[in-house]
Amino acid sequence: MTAPETSITTVPRLYTNKTLRNAFGGVLSFFILLLIGVLAFSIRLFSVIKYESVIHEFDPYFNYRVTQFLTKKGIYEFWNWFDDRTWYPLGRVIGGTVYPGLTLTAGTLWWLLNSLNIPLSVETVCVFTAPIFSAFASWATYLLTKEVKGAGAGLTAAALLAMVPSYISRSVAGSYDNEAVAIFALIFTFYLYIKTLNTGSLFYATLNSIAYFYMVCSWGGYTFIINLIPMHVLLCIVTGRYSSRLYIVYAPLVVLGTLLAALVPVVGFNAVMTSEHFASFLVFIIVHVVAFVYYIKGILSPKMFKVAVTLVVSVGLAVCCAVIAVLIALVASSPTKGWSGRSLSLLDPTYASKYIPIIASVSEHQPPTWPSYFMDINVLAFLVPAGIIACFLPLSDASSFVVLYIATSVYFSGVMVRLMLVLAPAACITSGIALSQAFDVFTRSIKFQLPGLSSNAEVHAGETSSATAEAQNDAVNTGKSEETLKDRSSRKSKKKEREHVEKPSTKAKVEKKRLLALPLEASVISLLLLVLLGAFYVVHCVWAAAEAYSAPSIVLTSHSHDGLHVFDDFREAYAWLRHNTDVDDKVASWWDYGYQTTAMANRTVIVDNNTWNNTHIATVGTAMSSPEKAAWEIFHSLDVKYVLVVFGGLVGYPSDDINKFLWMVRIGGGVFPHIKEPDYLRDGQYRIDSQATPTMLNCLMYKLSYYRFVETDGKGFDRVRQTEIGKKYFKLTHFEEVFTTHHWMVRIYKLKPSKNRIRGKTKKSKSKTSSTSSPKRNGRKKKNPWH
Amino acid sequence: MKNLCFFFIFGVSLFPLLCFSFNPESPLDRRVLVLLDDFSLKSSHSIFFNSLKSRGFNVEFKLADDPSLSLQRYGQYLYDALILFSPSTERFGGSLDLAAVIDFVDSGHDLIVAADASASDLIKNVATECGVDFDEDSSAMVIDHKSYAISGTEGDHTLIASDDFIQSDVVLGKTKIDAPVLFKGIAHSVNAANGLVLKVLSASSSAYSANLASKLLRPPLLSGSAISLVSVVQARNNARIMITGSLDLFSNRLFRTAVQKAGSPFKFEKSGNEQFVTEISKWVFHERGHLKAVDLRHHKVGETDEPAMYRIKDNLKFYVEIYEWSGKSWEPFVADDVQVQFYMMSPYVLKTLSTDGKGLYHASFMVPDIYGVFQFKVDYHRLGYTSLSLSKQIPVRPFRHNEYERFITTAFPYYGASFTTMAGFFFFSIVYLYNK
Repeated sequence: MTAPETSITTVPRLYTNKTLRNAFGGVLSFFILLLIGVLAFSIRLFSVIKYESVIHEFDPYFNYRVTQFLTKKGIYEFWNWFDDRTWYPLGRVIGGTVYPGLTLTAGTLWWLLNSLNIPLSVETVCVFTAPIFSAFASWATYLLTKEVKGAGAGLTAAALLAMVPSYISRSVAGSYDNEAVAIFALIFTFYLYIKTLNTGSLFYATLNSIAYFYMVCSWGGYTFIINLIPMHVLLCIVTGRYSSRLYIVYAPLVVLGTLLAALVPVVGFNAVMTSEHFASFLVFIIVHVVAFVYYIKGILSPKMFKVAVTLVVSVGLAVCCAVIAVLIALVASSPTKGWSGRSLSLLDPTYASKYIPIIASVSEHQPPTWPSYFMDINVLAFLVPAGIIACFLPLSDASSFVVLYIATSVYFSGVMVRLMLVLAPAACITSGIALSQAFDVFTRSIKFQLPGLSSNAEVHAGETSSATAEAQNDAVNTGKSEETLKDRSSRKSKKKEREHVEKPSTKAKVEKKRLLALPLEASVISLLLLVLLGAFYVVHCVWAAAEAYSAPSIVLTSHSHDGLHVFDDFREAYAWLRHNTDVDDKVASWWDYGYQTTAMANRTVIVDNNTWNNTHIATVGTAMSSPEKAAWEIFHSLDVKYVLVVFGGLVGYPSDDINKFLWMVRIGGGVFPHIKEPDYLRDGQYRIDSQATPTMLNCLMYKLSYYRFVETDGKGFDRVRQTEIGKKYFKLTHFEEVFTTHHWMVRIYKLKPSKNRIRGKTKKSKSKTSSTSSPKRNGRKKKNPWH
Repeated sequence: MKNLCFFFIFGVSLFPLLCFSFNPESPLDRRVLVLLDDFSLKSSHSIFFNSLKSRGFNVEFKLADDPSLSLQRYGQYLYDALILFSPSTERFGGSLDLAAVIDFVDSGHDLIVAADASASDLIKNVATECGVDFDEDSSAMVIDHKSYAISGTEGDHTLIASDDFIQSDVVLGKTKIDAPVLFKGIAHSVNAANGLVLKVLSASSSAYSANLASKLLRPPLLSGSAISLVSVVQARNNARIMITGSLDLFSNRLFRTAVQKAGSPFKFEKSGNEQFVTEISKWVFHERGHLKAVDLRHHKVGETDEPAMYRIKDNLKFYVEIYEWSGKSWEPFVADDVQVQFYMMSPYVLKTLSTDGKGLYHASFMVPDIYGVFQFKVDYHRLGYTSLSLSKQIPVRPFRHNEYERFITTAFPYYGASFTTMAGFFFFSIVYLYNK
């Protein structure tokens, strides 16, 4: 450590004073971190307090079901689990198609608690996994930012991350989804990467690979890491920052990381076969080439080196061109150009909506709107640019990584609203750096200008105040320069060495700091403003956590003039299914409700939220957009017994099946061309009012949604679409209503069995005469589809 | 038959429905309600009724407009079969109406409907509900100027002698009906697309349906072999229905009449009516052609317990037992065309079952190399027999992680290459690091 060393020689008394201060600071930051952890955990408990301790939304229900299976049957059964209760009749190999990180984490937690005789239910553990890992994530943020810009920035970033709304939206208690642990894994992997880069230690490099493995286990977003890190390595090489530390951090990560990633069944050979991973291999080759060049440079004389360079470059270019040509040809020969659909939609935002309706249909795959940035990262959006500037003063390997991280994540978040989640930590880190640097400057200016402090004390106070921030950086720099000393031939390192020699002169530093001092009033006002900004952020975050992101979405509430209304229709419907249908009955619904049906109702479903088979989903979409008889035949061929539709028209619940209907038509029409979207459109719109097309009014979804709807208010006024429905009175011939929940939000229909008899031809004259004699028969006749 | 295919997916749990048509516990005690226009039919058709009685049926006669008429009491059906010999009834008495008759059939009971020239709308509607359309012209009769019965005294050729029977031993019995059947009544037609209706006795190609009293101004609506004289229906719940346009078909008079078909040199002492009607009533009342399949089971080769799940490429054995009701007891059903499907959206395995002659059918095959939720399906639909549609769900899983081959022989060079590389690198490192 440079700074303390100089202190020893000058003022020994001050040195002891300083270690005391450091120790005090260490304890303080420990407690601050503890409090940040508590904050991160407790801000996510609004959902439990306001609602109840339940699993939220859709995907968490699947994860919960998998975790239950894991805790009941053990890890080998889980690994080999073939689930026959979903994607009927195809089934799904859960063990090979699921990212097991979250499940294994929660399963381990549960097992640990149980072996400590803390008998928590699996559900409780699942509900609280996300908040626990949010605390871990904020600690990881502290570590990462500390590596980049010192402990002060680290604490600020950790505090920001603990309550950033974007992350809260995915990690409230009950939101038991992959992202809950994956964000921690992401940040921790980045931390270990920076740590290795700063220390050049193989130990950390190995840990880094293991952290990467955990990330691969947890979330498909691991491809972000395996593309971002090569980008950073490439950036370092291009900007002349190559060092042996860079090699140590990168080579083990690619080799070990790829090997470990291939162990995860869901990734398997994808780790070497898909183009998402190719960048890392390319950079791996480049790193080796660069390392080799540096090595050759060291042993050859400059003249010889020049000759060698011309020779190698000319040959190498030729070979490279050939290899690239072959690669391009190979990749171009595959229909999706070697990229999976979801990744393609990242690079070309219009790709998904053009070609893959199943991806575009998911709301979280849509590009975000501007307000959502303000909602999700709030004031951080304004602090990020300041943070980026701070990262450039001075630019180290670590801070360049942060800059790269924020730049790429901003791009990706602009493509897909779900990836705001990746942006959030980056924004927190840069904002933390910005805030901490700003506080640094302002407090220092105040200290300089406050009367009554001796100039000597001023110097040291100024230095110690920044010590938290600078010491780490210095340590980094010294470590770096020490190491680079060994690289004799590097011109770059020589330059650094010179810098290093100049640096210890405290006087120069103090001089520099004096220049940064601002007027007292300006500093105080700015500090106040910054605190105000922070307060605004906190208020917004707490509001977002309490109001916006805590709804479990299986229970809805609404406030009206006569008090609070609770809509518990989903669980009502699933409970009905569980208690009133046969255990092997198949339930068809749009895929959104598949996971919930299997988990809550324990009934076999045709499609679910794991949208792996587009054709199967298209079959259900086709059935929903077909007339009753065709739909009946499709469903019957799939052995479906019950059809479940979600209908919000009575209470004004907007995300119901009618609003999702366009996707059923598009996905269905994508596979079965007899479903044509224009048939359902009037003036380019899906309408269900009197202007609706006959195809629309006759399709199954319309009928199942609005069957008997007119009986509720006499007019059939749909509160979501704000219009009266087009066809009010109709009968169902092939389906019968068996259950409708209290607020009509879920309606369950049963497929009628096929007619026992096939009637002869209807004779109009006869039926007229007979209608007088037996009115019952008339009704039968109308219903009868078989003629 | 195309339509039929859709509806065969019944769970095994639904199997009792297949036997619903008559009480398997006491199949010998069967009650038949006969509705008549007037009681004189009781004596004029006594041979038919007596044959029913002699076969163990408990026959009860009632007038069609009897005000106490009721098919069920307290939700239980009082009868197992209904015979409507009341063609001119416009409205049934009591609680009986068209819907009640249809519900009776839909709950698995049998029905015989006979109409004649005076057939009311009610009777015609019953037939229409069952898929048989009587001629719309209410006074039209079947006329055939070529294959009429010579013995008839009337010269209008409405007494038809037909021997165009359905080719089915199941419906008409093993004994061939030599003598033509005499028919006098109205025509009906069946929809060719309707797979549930069978024409048992068809008119010849020269027959037509017309009103005798009026002059034939335009071509008759029904003519030739489109005319069916006697049809049977087997509903999807295996309720059996017989519909004919001639009440006289069952009469003692036509049973006893000697018959000679026009243009045929053979003269028979007795018409084929008695044999025909008796045999067909046996079929309608499930004394023939009623199958049941029970005890569908399967297991892996070498094991005896039924597994909850198979693995791909498992070898399995499949068993099912099929019996036929003989009128008195369940006899083993012997056939060589019963097949089992191993089905997931389409049959992956289709195998003909071999039988031991005692009702047990079995097959063994390998589970296909594809996982999913399969079904064992036995769909047996043969002319005259009850439809057998059994299915049993069974999931098929892929290999477990430790069921793959641990070492592949052809990959040994690669194993060798990787291990020598590792060893080489290890020695290289030692030499490089410590040999200075």
